[in-house]
Amino acid sequence: MKIIVCIKQVPNTTEIKIDPVTNTLKRDGVPSIINPDDKAALEVALQLKENCGAHVDVVTMGPQQAEVALREALAMGADNAYLLTDRAFAGSDTLATSTIIASAIKKLGADVVLCGRQAIDGDTAQVGPQIAEHLDIPQVTYASQVDYVDGALVVKRQFEDRYQTLRVATPCLVTVLSSAYKPRYMNVADIVAQDQKQVEAITFNDVVVNPEDIGLKGSPTKVKSTATKQFDKQIATYELGAEEAAKLIVDTLKQKHLI
Amino acid sequence: MAEFKNKLFEQMVKDFAETEVKPLAQEIDEQERFPMETVQKMAKLGMFGIIVPTQYGGAGGNYPMYINAVEELSKHCATTGVVLSAHTSLCVAPILEYGTEEQKAKYLPKLSSGEKIGAFALTEPNAGTDAGNQQTVAVECDDHYVLNGSKIFITNAGYASVYIVIAVTGKLPKGVEMTAFIVDSEMPGFSVGKKEKKMGIRGSSTCELVFENVVVPKANVLGKRGDGFKIAMKTLDGGRIGIAAQALGIAEGALDATIQYVKSRKQFGKPLSAFQNTQFVLADLATKIAAAKGLVGVATNAKQNKLPTLSVNAAQAKLFAAETAMEVTTKCVQLHGGYGYTREYPVERMMRDAKITEIYEGTSEVQRMVISGALLRK
Amino acid sequence: MAKNIFVFCEQRDGEIQSVALELLGVAKQLATVSGEQVCALLLGSNVADKASQLVAYGADVVYVVDDVNLAQFVTEPYTQAITQIAREYQPNAMLFGATSIGRDLAPRLSARLKTGLTADCTQLEIDQDGNLFMTRPAFGGNLFATIVCPEHKPQMSTVRPGVMKMMEPDYNRQGEVVSKTIAWDKSKFVVEVVEEVKEVQTVEKIEEAKLLVSCGRGVKDLTEAQNLATKLGGTVSASRCLVDAGMVDHNRQVGQTGKTVRPQVYFAFGISGAIQHLAGMEESEYIVAVNTDKSAPIFKVANLGIVADAQAVIKQLNKLI
Repeated sequence: MKIIVCIKQVPNTTEIKIDPVTNTLKRDGVPSIINPDDKAALEVALQLKENCGAHVDVVTMGPQQAEVALREALAMGADNAYLLTDRAFAGSDTLATSTIIASAIKKLGADVVLCGRQAIDGDTAQVGPQIAEHLDIPQVTYASQVDYVDGALVVKRQFEDRYQTLRVATPCLVTVLSSAYKPRYMNVADIVAQDQKQVEAITFNDVVVNPEDIGLKGSPTKVKSTATKQFDKQIATYELGAEEAAKLIVDTLKQKHLI
Repeated sequence: MAEFKNKLFEQMVKDFAETEVKPLAQEIDEQERFPMETVQKMAKLGMFGIIVPTQYGGAGGNYPMYINAVEELSKHCATTGVVLSAHTSLCVAPILEYGTEEQKAKYLPKLSSGEKIGAFALTEPNAGTDAGNQQTVAVECDDHYVLNGSKIFITNAGYASVYIVIAVTGKLPKGVEMTAFIVDSEMPGFSVGKKEKKMGIRGSSTCELVFENVVVPKANVLGKRGDGFKIAMKTLDGGRIGIAAQALGIAEGALDATIQYVKSRKQFGKPLSAFQNTQFVLADLATKIAAAKGLVGVATNAKQNKLPTLSVNAAQAKLFAAETAMEVTTKCVQLHGGYGYTREYPVERMMRDAKITEIYEGTSEVQRMVISGALLRK
Repeated sequence: MAKNIFVFCEQRDGEIQSVALELLGVAKQLATVSGEQVCALLLGSNVADKASQLVAYGADVVYVVDDVNLAQFVTEPYTQAITQIAREYQPNAMLFGATSIGRDLAPRLSARLKTGLTADCTQLEIDQDGNLFMTRPAFGGNLFATIVCPEHKPQMSTVRPGVMKMMEPDYNRQGEVVSKTIAWDKSKFVVEVVEEVKEVQTVEKIEEAKLLVSCGRGVKDLTEAQNLATKLGGTVSASRCLVDAGMVDHNRQVGQTGKTVRPQVYFAFGISGAIQHLAGMEESEYIVAVNTDKSAPIFKVANLGIVADAQAVIKQLNKLI
């Protein structure tokens, strides 16, 4: 069984701060990490590898600096790593990104594609299902447990109020919840060994993809404007009855998009 | 091609220390309990064989990685730091350097996997800083030696199953002849004696070892007969870098905790961090820590590259890092005020833990002897 | 030409989910500006009788696909059904609830329809030409981005539950109900539902929660607090005194000797705010404090402070949400 895990390098958003002067995100010095849901997907792949002998490749799309995320995956036990990087890929929205990643998966070939449910910098949860559609394979999202039984994946799929146990034949794509799988630490021997491995670059010329479908041109959605959240540093304290208090809380939080 | 291993290792060990080690630190201190569960997790990750080549079942890593591990572990729990340091510097390293092919093949795989923990036995009731005054004796007899005597203050004792033991094997015109042995805990006549109740690093096991007619095969002589004192001193040179890293970690951990505290603790209507006294103390402490880190780096480099300056570099690193740890933790307790004296905050434990770094593997006075000796010998 | 605003009206076990009604409400507002109709998509098995409810909440047309293949939510049959309807009617926009169903289905559809999708929107606006402006939080809520999808139709969006306002239902409203039959490609039905089990979600770790309903000495009964947390998709945490009193497990304690948390919203109900507690939560993004003691230190870190009885306020919040 060949598994491809799609990972994304993301800024550790818990450490992101807003520059009070320019009202922009301060990304300098913010450490980059493997997106937590993606790391859980890698853990699923490595457990499948241990339990039924899979070959695990990791793929990421991003700038050259994303190599370190792939290196971390190798040090956790992945077999090969591929970096999708090209100027032509820049500016892609989720649809264009999924087109590019799907083209690389077609080239590499996979029985199972594993993704994280969503990335902490975008929170879209869209790229996984979109890759599945481009590959014309079934998807199972929000997975909290993945097992390989009699030639098929058996997946526990979470909903807000229930779960399903689904049986899906390969090839298929599964997106994994980080709350369900605690990723292993990198192993010291694999940390040392990964320096002997190549991270292979995949560029526009290596994949079969229509240039109209990728990058800014291939992205149906555009960012029109951005705004930072305004914090009222002014602290407001009110003396109110319970009913009025509840109303004020709900109105305030809704106005701030917090609930 | 750029190498990623040291960066990735640092990331892993930092994450491991924060997630696995930090939550247990207070508990193992209060219960004076060896952190077995942490040791098993570290073993699984290959942390007991960082510096051992892959051919002997190790990870094939380097000395900077190992030192980094001791530092990061000690930021949160000095006990866990010294378990790794004593195992690696004082048992694994001498076997790697002085062991025969057979000894390496026999001992290193299990020491690397953490199936066996290592320790080192030099100190005796009447031979501490005066290490030449050894009274444990090994008498040659056919194909073996018979070991009698006792050792004290042995780190990892009871949990370790491989001990590097220094014993007297003869008389010299001046002093005694010493030899190093690899002793298995299963050897008949070997026993672990009294456990010390300590001020700090209370989760670390520190015990007496007793040897009663322990038969040690000649195949277990480490290096040559008579090399014992040299091996002990060289081993301690390496060990001192581990202890320096432990001290550095304690100091860094205390400073981190204190920065967090002074930002949140308010007195006279403002956070402690707004007072110039706090700011200047923190600045001085951070500067000393940076200097200590530099010296640890120099010594680690000397060890990795087998430089002749190792002995002095290691002594300077340990002397400065240990005294820095003591100063930093004391001042951090002071900045915490009354809370710092309670066990609610980690700086109280860190201050107790810091003290040992000025004492074991050569007191600060011994480090000064090593450094000045090298200066005046020229 | 692409026209009208379509709303995927999620139902579970035949029960229309409140997010669907919220979407009808916002769709109605948008459609008024752009001069379009609100078209509800009602998919399921034995659900046709729910169409009138959708009309009451703002749908002008309800497309019903009542088919046994839609009895349980599985991505492919739902995707096929909506794809067929979208290709036939050419919607200008299509809205989904940002639930575990909407966020599975919408991206699959967007790729099949080769159009753009904006996730988890908290605000929607439209112009007279029918251009949709979709605003969503990014970077963990530090930033808001307004997204447009100018050259592809339908303009698709998933919308965060609980944000949009549903209309007051009017059961005298008139609407058209159209029943649709789908030409299934069953060769693509390769996901088998072995079982479906309803469950009350097990609580997540408080360090990972986006919303915490934290209780202290001023809260005597935790059931109401638990209800509130469930409604808001959050978790209950506590100050040390409730943990010491055995009312709450230690792994839910916030503060120096407990966990450090930084959720998007932190409710401090009846918590005075000792320094050890503040150390564990003051980096929360938005802090709402309710306490009877006007001089409680918690008010120094709260973004919104209310001097009132915490237990009573929780009760009122439960009524309101």
